[in-house]
Amino acid sequence: MLPGHADFALPAPAAPVRLNGRRPIPEVPQMNGHSEAPSANEVPPANEAPQPTRSEKPAEPIDVWDQRVAGALAFLRRRLAGNYEVDDFGFDPELTDALFHPMLRVLYRDWFRTEVFGVEHVPVDGGALIVGNHSGTLALDALMLSTAIRDQTRAERHLRLLGADLVFRMPFVSELARKSGATVACNPDAERLMSQGELVGVFPEGFKGIGKPFADRYKLQRFGRGGFVSAALRTGTPIVPVAIVGAEEIYPILADIKPLARLLGVPYFPITPTFPWLGPLGLVPLPSKWLMRFCPPIPTAHLTEHADDPMVVYNLADQVRETIQATLLELLEKRPDPFGL
Amino acid sequence: MVTSPPRVVVVTGVSRFLGARVAARLAADPRIERVVGLDPQDPPPALRAVLEDVELVRADARVAAGAMADLGAEAVVHMAVTSAPDSQHGGRQAMKEQNVIGTMQLLAAAQGAPGLRKIIVRSSTAAYGASFRDPAVFTEDTEPRAVPRGSYARDILDIEGYVRGFRRRRPDVTATVLRFAPFIGSTADTTLTRLFAQPLVPTVLGRDARLQFVHVDDALEVANRAVVEDHPGTFNVAGAGVLTLSQAVRRAGRVSVPLPEGTFSAVLGLARNLGIGKIGLDQVDLFVHGRVVDTARLVREFGFTPRTTEAAFNDFIAAHANGSSLTAARLEAAERAILDGVRTLRSTAGGGDRA
Repeated sequence: MLPGHADFALPAPAAPVRLNGRRPIPEVPQMNGHSEAPSANEVPPANEAPQPTRSEKPAEPIDVWDQRVAGALAFLRRRLAGNYEVDDFGFDPELTDALFHPMLRVLYRDWFRTEVFGVEHVPVDGGALIVGNHSGTLALDALMLSTAIRDQTRAERHLRLLGADLVFRMPFVSELARKSGATVACNPDAERLMSQGELVGVFPEGFKGIGKPFADRYKLQRFGRGGFVSAALRTGTPIVPVAIVGAEEIYPILADIKPLARLLGVPYFPITPTFPWLGPLGLVPLPSKWLMRFCPPIPTAHLTEHADDPMVVYNLADQVRETIQATLLELLEKRPDPFGL
Repeated sequence: MVTSPPRVVVVTGVSRFLGARVAARLAADPRIERVVGLDPQDPPPALRAVLEDVELVRADARVAAGAMADLGAEAVVHMAVTSAPDSQHGGRQAMKEQNVIGTMQLLAAAQGAPGLRKIIVRSSTAAYGASFRDPAVFTEDTEPRAVPRGSYARDILDIEGYVRGFRRRRPDVTATVLRFAPFIGSTADTTLTRLFAQPLVPTVLGRDARLQFVHVDDALEVANRAVVEDHPGTFNVAGAGVLTLSQAVRRAGRVSVPLPEGTFSAVLGLARNLGIGKIGLDQVDLFVHGRVVDTARLVREFGFTPRTTEAAFNDFIAAHANGSSLTAARLEAAERAILDGVRTLRSTAGGGDRA
């Protein structure tokens, strides 16, 4: 290290473990370690999944399809009879797992070729506040983050997102959000979820983050008043920063028509290379390559009595922000071509 | 602090279901000497039998002051709060008269009653208003973010305001405010239960409100405990758990008719003007925003856990089975028929393929 270099504590540069995606990470030289290979092979479920079905098929060819039809009908019957559980926030785990996640997984795996690092930093049980950078015009990064946590963590946990009140103002969207486990970003809800031991996801940049022009990509915006930090402090929940690379390129905002946005009551009206020129086709996200890295958790249990101290809250928010910004730059070096493989 | 049950209890609103039941329950308690029912109207014949042991006084809230002093009331249970306008009894005007003016006068009378130790006021979870920025779960300390549109919700806010003033002026009186979730159960008869009893239930398109109910019997139990025990403060009274509106409609075997919010309000307004339904903006707000409350304080202080929303709703379904079309049994039969059909189809088609 150079003398006088600002000794900023970056998250441990853990060896990249291949968790998903079909192609190898180019940065990891294959000849480097045979010792790493088995650990990398432990996880991928994608290779294992087809095998059992293939081995079952010759034995009882009808059975698989019969089970699928029976399963689908039973699911339909349970839904039509209202025979399922919904929690206080409106979260419907059955619907989320059966309907939302399979659809999001296609985007996550095949369209964005997402790779995830540092999943070991996501707690296996108990509450945690996952704080990420927000980008991409539509909040697809939040959905991809929840898919990553559901698919990649060993505990297969559900991420409970905190959304802007605009989301809950819109019909249909509000109900999809509630059923998939999201709730309004406010301290009472955040604290209630965290004290119940849930994984809570928040994007403190809010609309400033997703609505920023393409020229400002990967520049973190202001973190609001740090309400997320005080909620974490009050409940003593660890904060896990996460950096998400890739969402900036899905709908690059070239211009923002402010009067039209005001007219429609939305925070911005984006002009992207495809929207509104191609109509509904413009809603198809560009297939950028996504990387996510979870950073080591920041413990807050010892700071519970400082939840109302603005200085502590502000400093901690700043620490989270700097960690995400530094990790973003590190991830960007790993991905020289936004649309590469 | 005095913890013995009060000897003389005045109950208002005994001409209606909840008030009558609360009064009857108190009258059956041997520790309470006198239970006096105060109501400007005579109770309907159906409630006469229930109110056998209750002294009935037909009186307006205006004369309550004199009555309370004469009777030497030690506790007042204010149940004369109407949740929906009744077109046969003066409509919205009379409803506001009873809810707001009635409460004001009753509290004024209570303030002047020297022997009074306790006052219990019926309120509602509508006190939390309805806004898109609301937290998902309300605690007793949550302030409403916007003045609600519904007339009942606005009345509730007024009533609670008067109780706050009363608490300041008579700190020696134990004031209990019970914020009840919508009542449900086999015997409950409210705007909402009538809505769920129909074969078709209108809902708001694109909204699936989270609902919570309280079983009428549990509400009575809580009201009774508030009188015989000492529980100062405000309490949410609801069954734990949540049913979404669509889920509740499906469980009841009804069919929901989603209407856009504007149409929904217009249809309901038309029905109200024609005197068919009594559904107001209160229900629209409930069906758009939903309402879930935290009952931890009730469970802790009262030592009583109301049955869950699900259990309370099941009790309602059992009593109203005759209007349902999509019952669980029928769905199961349909599922079996389709599955058998698919199997026979596959075995004939698949058998030909493989051969």
